[in-house]
Amino acid sequence: MVFPLTNGVSALGELAKSIRQSVVRSLARAGSGHLGGSMSSADILTTLYFSVMRHDPANPSCEGRDRFILSIGHIAPVLYATLAEAGYFPKEELLSLRMMGSRLQGHPGRDHGLPGLELSAGSLGQGLSVATGIAIAAKMNRLDSRIYCLCGDGELQEGSVWEAAMSAAHYKLNNLVAVIDRNGVQIDGSTETVMGLEPLKKKWEAFGWDTLECDGHDFRTLMSAFQKTNVEQTRPSVIIAKTIMGKGIKSIEGDYRWHGKAPSMEQAEGFIKELS
Amino acid sequence: MRDQYINRGNKATKAGFGEGLLEAGKKHPEVVAIGADITASVGVDLFSSAFPGRFISLGIAEQNCVGVSAGLALMGKIPVFATYGVFSALRTTDQIRISLCYNNLHVIIGGAHAGVSVGPDGATHQALEDIAVMRVMPNMTVLSPCDATQARLAVIAAVEQCKGPVYIRFGREPMPDFTSTEPGFEVGKAQTFHEGADLAIIATGHMTWEALQAAIELEKEGIHARVLNIHTIKPLDESALIMAARECGAIVTAEEHQVAGGLGSAISEVISKNYPVPVEFVGMPDSFGESGPPLELMKKFGLTAQGILQKARKVILRKQ
Repeated sequence: MVFPLTNGVSALGELAKSIRQSVVRSLARAGSGHLGGSMSSADILTTLYFSVMRHDPANPSCEGRDRFILSIGHIAPVLYATLAEAGYFPKEELLSLRMMGSRLQGHPGRDHGLPGLELSAGSLGQGLSVATGIAIAAKMNRLDSRIYCLCGDGELQEGSVWEAAMSAAHYKLNNLVAVIDRNGVQIDGSTETVMGLEPLKKKWEAFGWDTLECDGHDFRTLMSAFQKTNVEQTRPSVIIAKTIMGKGIKSIEGDYRWHGKAPSMEQAEGFIKELS
Repeated sequence: MRDQYINRGNKATKAGFGEGLLEAGKKHPEVVAIGADITASVGVDLFSSAFPGRFISLGIAEQNCVGVSAGLALMGKIPVFATYGVFSALRTTDQIRISLCYNNLHVIIGGAHAGVSVGPDGATHQALEDIAVMRVMPNMTVLSPCDATQARLAVIAAVEQCKGPVYIRFGREPMPDFTSTEPGFEVGKAQTFHEGADLAIIATGHMTWEALQAAIELEKEGIHARVLNIHTIKPLDESALIMAARECGAIVTAEEHQVAGGLGSAISEVISKNYPVPVEFVGMPDSFGESGPPLELMKKFGLTAQGILQKARKVILRKQ
């Protein structure tokens, strides 16, 4: 594992800024895609890939690596931008997002051969089950890999997520960490209007998970939450990361209409300026 | 020819599946099994008793079973997840499509309780649509063994010969166990169980035995039917099918499954493109099953040698 990790807040901030700018550029070029959740998850992915996970862009399939499972495939742009920032592939390739023949499919597709991509996903509610299977196998194989799975909050309306939650607690998967991007917004509006999730912390606690809450845009609290999950002995952990949809671009923050929308080229120019 | 196929005694294909899983587990340490509560009912208990450390019970949560299987496969395991086909193939279709097939992972899905021969449990538990749904999934292999002996070989073949997702279909009711372990199970190969060139009866699962009985009856009338057993519905042995169409000039398909989308449809896709001949279908006529004794139900829906004979006579009249 040669990838140099950092716990420097300003270094992480610079990386997240660059990742967000890449997301805006790739979405504007593609003309479609999901901006809101990509921006709300950007700091979580930055923390994971640059401060928490043991991984090696030069050897993406190294057996002992930690694994990141993106359950919400629609925020693929921020995963792609993070992988490119970490050096898995050239950043120029981000501009091929959603194009014919691209390795950067609209929702992640492993069959296109993108290095660093662990799972093809896009139908909600499936990632946590897959992460659970990986965590069980890691224990069977006596690997000390840690498995991180990013779920959306709206996604938690899928019943299969709770099947997975039940099973991960049953098997005491302390090598599994779920992160919820709790931006509070889904396509039809606020999660609490569309189908209420609260009290969310109590739900996870009742399912037997070590449950943490944190500010999903504050690197210090994110890093400390991930550290806490390392010492858990008998339970899987979940971090409910409170975030803001569209974070970093004032005019779209919290606006559900930006869940599944891409900026125009003109809008993108302004957004990128605002992010720098 | 017919002497080769003598019923050694009735045995459920699920028993063969369980034995095959145990055997595959002994040979391949990476084989693991997933339980969805009804492990004994689908033959997985043999494996779970022999290898408790490689058995993962996940309860009545089939969607999670498929996702967890995908995760295990990403880590190099070969998971076998079996439950009733109505659940393993149909409740989980989205998980199978994305987590298994789109990721092209080597996971074996067992679909038990196939067909109306499930009997008294009735329509809810009789899988009659699973072939149709499984065979349209890219990367999926679909196996449908004709007896317990072949079901045992099918599991081992799925482990050793396949690289992606595999669906294996099997039944509950003890049915004639008549095939031999020779020449083995080659995924994708049709088997000729009876020679003839007046028509071809192409069958899968329990219906293959019925097809053989129909062929014996037809011999008495001087009609020589070729019987093909299709244990691999996907990928289909196209050359054997085209040869049957060319040499026999008429086809009857037989399956314990909806006519729509099943083996008969798959065969018609091949035949209509390559060598069109009249085809008649024995299968479920766009209807649900019901409760009853297994053999009575098969009779009611024409899933018998008699049902095949009727269609055989009809298709011969259609021959030019």
